[in-house]
Amino acid sequence: MGDRYAAFIWPAYAITALGFAWMVLDTLLRARRWRRRAEALQRQALISEKGE
Amino acid sequence: MLATLANPHRFMGFSRWAAPLCGVVAVLLIAPGLWLGFAAPEDYQQGTTVRIMFIHVPAAWTAMLAYGCLGGASFFSLVFRHALADAAARAVAPLGAAFTLLALVTGSLWGRPMWGAWWVWDARLTSVLVLFLLFLGYMALRSAIEDEARAGRAAAILALVGLINLPIVKFSVDWWNSLHQGESIFRAGGPTIATVFLIPLLLMGLGYMFAFGALWLERTRAEVWRRRVRSLEAQAAA
Repeated sequence: MGDRYAAFIWPAYAITALGFAWMVLDTLLRARRWRRRAEALQRQALISEKGE
Repeated sequence: MLATLANPHRFMGFSRWAAPLCGVVAVLLIAPGLWLGFAAPEDYQQGTTVRIMFIHVPAAWTAMLAYGCLGGASFFSLVFRHALADAAARAVAPLGAAFTLLALVTGSLWGRPMWGAWWVWDARLTSVLVLFLLFLGYMALRSAIEDEARAGRAAAILALVGLINLPIVKFSVDWWNSLHQGESIFRAGGPTIATVFLIPLLLMGLGYMFAFGALWLERTRAEVWRRRVRSLEAQAAA
C-alpha cells in the first residue's frame, strides 16, 4: 500500500490502534484501581469489626 | 436474563468470565477481518482507500450501538431506579465517545482523498458529530452535579432525549441529499457491496462489537467497585 493514498490509510489504522489501546488500558487500569481500593477497605472494615 | 443480571452480585460473577471471553472472541474476529481486508483487491473507483472502510464503518456501527445501550441503561435507571443500570450507563459513555471519534476521524481521512474535503456539513457527518457531542454532554452533565443520584437522573433524561438522533444518523443518507454514500449493507434489497469486501467488513463489525461488549462489562465492574468504595468510605466516616 505504498501508493498515493498511503498517507490517508496508515494514519487511519494508526489512530484506530491508538484509540483501542487507550480504551483497553484505561478500562483495565480503572478496574484494577477500584477493585484494589474496595478490597483494601473491606479488609480494613473486617479488622475494625474484629477489634470491636 | 436481564432480571438475573440486574442483581449486582450475579452480574459481577457473570462479567468476571464474560468480559475476557468477549475480548478473546473480538480478537478472533478482528484478526482474520484485518487480514482479509488487507488481502482484498482495490476498489475500481476508490482504489486502496476502500481499506479505510474496514475500520470506519465498524466504528460507526459500534458508536450507534453504544448510544442505544446508553439509552437502554438510562431508561432502566430512570424508570426502575436501578443502580446497576445507572452504573452501566456511566460506564458506556466514554466508550461511545471514543468509537464515535474514531468514526469521525477515519471518515475524515477517507473523505479527503475521495471528496477533496476533510469535512462537509452533510446530514450524515453532522448527525454523527451531534452523537459525539451527546456522549460528551452526558459525561459533562454527570461530572457537573455533585449529588450522584441527581446527576444520574439528569444525564439519563439527556440520554433518552438524544435517542432521537439515532434514526437521524441511520436514515440521513435517505432523507437528505448527501455526499456520504447511501446505505449498502442493511437495506431492504440486501447488501450491494461485493462479497470480497462484505466478509472482512462483517468480521470487523462483529469484532468491534465484541470488543465493545468486553470493555463495557469491565468498565461496569469498575463502576460497581467505585460505588462500593464510596459506600465503605461513607460507612467508615459515619
